[in-house]
Amino acid sequence: MEQIVKTAFPFIVFAVAILLAFQGVLMIVAYTVLAERKVLGWIQGRIGPNRVGPWGVLQPFADLLKFIFKEDLVPDKSTKFIYFLAPLVALTCALLPIVVYPFGPVINTIDWSFLPYGLGEGITQLPMTIARIDVGVLFVLGITSVGVYGIALAGWSSNNKYSLMGGLRSSAQMISYELAMGASVIGVVMLAGTLDLSGIIQAQITSPFKWYIIPQFIGFIVFLIAAFAETNRVPFDLPEAETELVAGFHTEYSALKFALFFMAEYVNMFTVSVMCVTLFLGGWYVPGLGKILTPGSIPYALVSHVAFIGKICAFLFLYIWIRGTLPRFRFDQLMNFGWKFLLPLALLNVILTIVIVYFLNS
Amino acid sequence: MFVKTYHFLLLTSHLIKMATTALFFVFAGLAIACALSTVYHRNPLYSAVSLIGVFISLSCIYVTLAAPFIAAVQILIYAGAIMVLVIFVIMLLNLDEDKPYRKLNYLYALGGFLGIVLLAQTFFIFVAVKKAPQTPVNTDETVGKTLNIGANMYTEYLLPVEIVGVLLLMAIIGGVILVRRLSQPELTLIVNNELDRRNEGDEKDDYRIAL
Repeated sequence: MEQIVKTAFPFIVFAVAILLAFQGVLMIVAYTVLAERKVLGWIQGRIGPNRVGPWGVLQPFADLLKFIFKEDLVPDKSTKFIYFLAPLVALTCALLPIVVYPFGPVINTIDWSFLPYGLGEGITQLPMTIARIDVGVLFVLGITSVGVYGIALAGWSSNNKYSLMGGLRSSAQMISYELAMGASVIGVVMLAGTLDLSGIIQAQITSPFKWYIIPQFIGFIVFLIAAFAETNRVPFDLPEAETELVAGFHTEYSALKFALFFMAEYVNMFTVSVMCVTLFLGGWYVPGLGKILTPGSIPYALVSHVAFIGKICAFLFLYIWIRGTLPRFRFDQLMNFGWKFLLPLALLNVILTIVIVYFLNS
Repeated sequence: MFVKTYHFLLLTSHLIKMATTALFFVFAGLAIACALSTVYHRNPLYSAVSLIGVFISLSCIYVTLAAPFIAAVQILIYAGAIMVLVIFVIMLLNLDEDKPYRKLNYLYALGGFLGIVLLAQTFFIFVAVKKAPQTPVNTDETVGKTLNIGANMYTEYLLPVEIVGVLLLMAIIGGVILVRRLSQPELTLIVNNELDRRNEGDEKDDYRIAL
């Protein structure tokens, strides 16, 4: 019995951590949908949904019930296996990067001797990350690259020319702006010296500029614009514009499969917001908090975690704000912008950073 | 969610070796199944999707071999960029499904024979590796980390890196040359106001717009 508990213990810990993280992210995503509708309503001079709960707070659950009970149509001549696979790929690749996010600092002050069978010996730290991978940034970029397949395969397998064009345009846009996104991250990685997301936050803590947005301002702007294009949000949402392509790649998807695409889009928004906050705004680090509370204690970790969530919510509000304000790009303008302006700007940022780092280090 | 040293305190090395072997068989089996699926399907898109499965399984095997950088780059480049290109081509060209071609049946026999030869060579290598003297495995985990790869790439292996860079440049230039148009076709749009034209010589009032 003791041997079973001892070998299963790490897996139980990981399972609990993953459940907590996913629960938190899915709740944030569900309320982002509600926030979008309300904030867009306020921008447009109306109130958003307010019938379902006080201030419409139960609206996401009503939406979920609606999606479950809708009729599930499958087009007759579609490629069935890929038609069912596409939303799963999109949602899985959107949710997978959660395991590398640094949700908060390491907690040092818990005494683990309350665990039975001597499991608590030798443990001093409780990091608030599920997995500290050495190549965290590459992992997130790679998984979002694979997420393009969800859209391309959805567009093709629906056997519908609007879906196909929407899917192809969307995939072309996403792979074009992935380059600018990756290139804008290179500057941050050079300053931090590591690809590990927790390591980048540590480097920001010990650097003279507390947040990397100050030296990497160009990189921040490029990353933000590329992030809007990656998630197919306004002003880059031509692939799903109603007047252009019916509904783009998710025209033929109904009920729960559409809900999966919908959720995948909002989880993608969450992902790029977390990346933006971690790489450029110091993640959970609030400058000056280390003087008020002791680092490594539970209150410090809680306040840092709340600050992290607050920064992410600020970015999600920015997404919604821009959606209510800007018109959309035409597709050729979009591709021109990505290849001829944004990518050279990102490379310029890399060269500038190289020069400055070289002269600072020599 | 605990520090890595914790695992090495509790789990014995035997358990780690068992877990690594089990994981290798799972991922290798998945890779072989996806590879078989790639050559089996008639629909080219199913083959492409199976090939993506092969690359992801290989990436997982690289992780078990303590090469996280190579695993991440495999997903980023192979599964994330190259296969997207292949899928674009399949979708845009709207390729038909493969149909069996009766006249080339002898190729099945030839292919089978070559397959048996390949299998025999594989068994030969397997037996030779088993009989060779065992050298100790390099258990240095830091070799696969990004820092070491980067440091080696730009000091000891600089020449191969530069050669690969020139190769990629050649490919880009070749692609640009193949698709450029040497002269733009000229089109002229003539907007004429026939209704206002009184005489023959008023054609100079027409607008010509070059496109």
